[in-house]
Amino acid sequence: MIVEVGHYALVLALALSIMQAVLPFWGARAHDARMMGLARPIALTQFAFVALSYAALTYAHVVSDFSLVNVVENSHSTKPLIYKISGVWGNHEGSMMLWVLILAMCGAAMASFSRAIPPRLFADALSVQGVLGTAFLLFILLTSNPFTRLIPAPIEGQDLNPILQDPGLAIHPPLLYLGYVGFSIVFSLAAAALIGGRLDAAFARFIRPWTLLAWCFLTLGIAMGSYWAYYTLGWGGFWFWDPVENASLLPWLAGTALLHSAAVMEKREALKVWTIFLAIVTFSLSLLGTFLVRSGVLTSVHAFASDPRRGLFILAILVVFIGGALFLFMLRASSLKQGGLFAPISREGALVVNNLLLTASCAAVLVGTLYPLLLESINGDKISVGAPFFNLTFGPLFAPVLILAPFGQLLAWKRGDLLAAAQRLFFAAGCGLAAMAVFAAVNGAPVVAFIGSGVAVYLIIGSFVEIFGRVFPSGLGATKNAFARARGLPRSAWGTAFAHAGLGVTLLGLAATGWGVEKIVAMKQGDIYDVGPYQLEIVALTTDQGPNYSETTAHMTVRRDGQTVALIAPSKRFFSTRRMATAQAGIVTLHFGQVYVSIAEPNAQGLIDARLYWKPLVSLIWIGALIMAFGGTLSLSDRRLRVGVARRAARIPASAQTAG
Amino acid sequence: MTRKQKRLALIGSAVGVLGLALGMVLFALRDNVVFFYGPTEMVEKHVGPGVRLRIGGLVKTGSLVHLAGKSISFDVTDGKAEVPVAYTGLLPDLFREGQGVVAEGALDKKGVFQADSILAKHDERYMPREVADALKKQGVWQEGSAGAAEKTAGGAQ
Repeated sequence: MIVEVGHYALVLALALSIMQAVLPFWGARAHDARMMGLARPIALTQFAFVALSYAALTYAHVVSDFSLVNVVENSHSTKPLIYKISGVWGNHEGSMMLWVLILAMCGAAMASFSRAIPPRLFADALSVQGVLGTAFLLFILLTSNPFTRLIPAPIEGQDLNPILQDPGLAIHPPLLYLGYVGFSIVFSLAAAALIGGRLDAAFARFIRPWTLLAWCFLTLGIAMGSYWAYYTLGWGGFWFWDPVENASLLPWLAGTALLHSAAVMEKREALKVWTIFLAIVTFSLSLLGTFLVRSGVLTSVHAFASDPRRGLFILAILVVFIGGALFLFMLRASSLKQGGLFAPISREGALVVNNLLLTASCAAVLVGTLYPLLLESINGDKISVGAPFFNLTFGPLFAPVLILAPFGQLLAWKRGDLLAAAQRLFFAAGCGLAAMAVFAAVNGAPVVAFIGSGVAVYLIIGSFVEIFGRVFPSGLGATKNAFARARGLPRSAWGTAFAHAGLGVTLLGLAATGWGVEKIVAMKQGDIYDVGPYQLEIVALTTDQGPNYSETTAHMTVRRDGQTVALIAPSKRFFSTRRMATAQAGIVTLHFGQVYVSIAEPNAQGLIDARLYWKPLVSLIWIGALIMAFGGTLSLSDRRLRVGVARRAARIPASAQTAG
Repeated sequence: MTRKQKRLALIGSAVGVLGLALGMVLFALRDNVVFFYGPTEMVEKHVGPGVRLRIGGLVKTGSLVHLAGKSISFDVTDGKAEVPVAYTGLLPDLFREGQGVVAEGALDKKGVFQADSILAKHDERYMPREVADALKKQGVWQEGSAGAAEKTAGGAQ
C-alpha cells in the first residue's frame, strides 16, 4: 500500500513539474501575476510529493519488502539498518530518485529563499527548473522505475554490493548530488536571464549564494568520494583519473571559475556574458557526469546496471538541455550590454587569468575523459587515458593558479599594482623557499614533492597576507583594535583566504605522497616490518561473524622507537550472499600522516599477504578540502551575499568595504 | 589602451592559453595513451616489445604457476589465441583461473607480457566490459552465460 502511494506520488510530482514548467512561463508572457505566482506553491508541492515518494521507497527498503525488484536486487534482510537506508541510493533507480529529490529540493529552496529576485526572472527560472524536473521524472518513470513489483515475491534479497556497504555510501552520494544538482539553480537562473534578455550586476548577486553552496557540497562530495576509495580499495590510491571521478572534477573546475567570474560581474558589471556562459557550462558538465555514470557507457563500481534505453534517454536529456541552453546563449549573448572597464593588471584581470586557466584545465580533463569514448565509437579502438596524460596537461595548466591566487587577492579592482603585490608576498615566498629547502634537506627526492610542498606553504601563507595587511595596517606593533578590525572585515574576505589556504593544504598533502613508503610482504604472526619511521607486528589473528559477512582480522601494533603508538586491525570480509570479499584497511593517523595496512586471506602456510604503507601528511589532502568548504561557508554567511540585504551592507564600516 | 585594444588583448590571451592547452593535450595524447587488445588482436597486430598495453581475456585454466616470491605466470586467452603473462605483486581478491582479467604492461623481447598491474572484476557477476567485448569478437562469449550465472546467484527469478 505504502509503495503504491509512493509510486502515485511520483506520478503526481511529474504532473506538477509539467505545470511548473508551463504555467509560470506562460504567466510571464501573458503578464498574468496570478499565474506567475503559482510557481512558488507548485515548486513546494512538487518537492513534497517527490519527498513522499522517496520516503515510501526508503520504507520498502527498511522493512525489506521483497515484492519490489529494486529491494530484491539490492537488499537483504540481515543487512544493517544504515545500509538499508543508504542502500536506497546504492543502485541505479534509487540514485536517480535521490537526484530528482535534490532537484525538487533545489526548486523548493529557490522558491522559498529568492524573494528579492524580479518576479519575471523568478517565474522563468522556476519554469526552467520544472522542465528539468519533468525530464528526469519521465526518465525514472519510463526507464528506471524503482517501484516495479516482482510477483511472486522471493523470500530473500540478493544483498547490496559489499563495496557499497560502508558509511561512505551514506555520505558521499548525497553530498556529491547536492553539488551537482545545486548548480541546476544557477543554470535555471542563467537560462531565465537569457530568455528575459536582461542582465545586470544584481543577477550575479542572485546566483552567487547558490553557486557557493553547490560548490561547497561538491568540494566535500569529491573529497569524501576520494577518501572512501582510498580506504576501501586497499592499495592506498585516492585519485585514479577514472572517467567517473573526472565527471565530478569537471563541474568543480567550471564551478570554481564561475564563482570567481560572478564576483567580477557583481562588483564591476564586467564579464557578464562569460559568467552566463559558465553558469550554463557548469550544470551541463554535471549533466554530462550523470550521463557518463548512469548510462552504462563506462564500467565502474558506479555503473550499477546498463540498459541501452537508459543511455539513450539520458543522452537525449543531455542534448536537449545543453544544446537548448547554448542555442539560447547564441541568440541572446550579443544583445547583452558590455560592462565596466578595467586595466589588465587589476583584480578583474587576475580573475580573468584564473578563469582562463581553470577553463583550460577543465577542457584538458574533458578531452582526456571523452577521447577514449569517441575513439571507440569511431573505429572501435579501445584505449585508456591515465594519470600520465593528466599529469602532463592538467598539471601545468593548474600550477599557475596556485602561484597566482595570492596575487589576485592583493590587486585592487580596476587598476592594481603588481609590484606592490609582489612586495607584499615577499614574506610568503620566502617561507615557501625556506620550506622547500628544509623539505629537500630532510626528506630529499623526489623533486616534485619538495617543490610542491614549498609552493603549498607559499600559498597557505600568501592567502592570509591581504587579511593581515588589513588587520595590522601599520605592522605588527599596532595591535590595538586588531581584533575589532579582524571582526569588521567582511566574511567573504575571510572566506577567500580560507578557501585559498585550503587549496594550499590539499597541495601539501598531495606533494607529500612523493615521500610515501610502500611494502608488499608475506607476514606471519610475530614478524616485524619497518614502514617509514614505524614498526608493524601482527599480534593476533581472529575470525568473527558480522551481520551478513564473516571477517578475518589481523590485530597489529604500530611502534616507534620501541613504544607502541597505536593498534590497527586490518581485515578481510567475506559476504556469503554475493560470494564476494572486501578489504577493510587498518589505518591510523599520526601527525597528519597515515600508517595504512591492507591484508589478504591467510594462505595455506599461514602467511598473510599484506600491503604496508606510510603516507606522510596524506590526511591534509582531505583536511584541505574541508578548509575550502569552510571558506565557502564563511563567504556564504557574508551578509552582502544574502539576496535582498545588499542595501544594508552600506552600514558596514567604510574601511571594510573594499574587500572582495 | 582603448576599449577595442583591451578586448583584443583579452581575446588574444584567451586564445593563447587555450592554444597552449590544446598543444599540450595533443602532445600528451600521442605518447600517453594505452591501447586495449585481446590476445587475438595482439597476434594480428604484431605488437612489438616495450609498447605499453592493456590486455584482457580469461585466465587460462591450468596455466597459473606460482614462482618464487610473489611472482606468478599465467596465460590470457580468448579461445583463439593466448598470451603468456608474468606478474610480481599482490593479486586482486577475485583473480582466479577461468575468470576475466585485465593486465597492464608491455611485451618483453621473449614475447612474454610483463604486467605491472592486474585488474580483476569487482564481484562474481561482473565481467570487465573490455574483456566481454574481446571475447565476443572471437565468438567465445555467450550472451546467456552471464545472465544464467546471475539467475543462479540471485535465485529469485
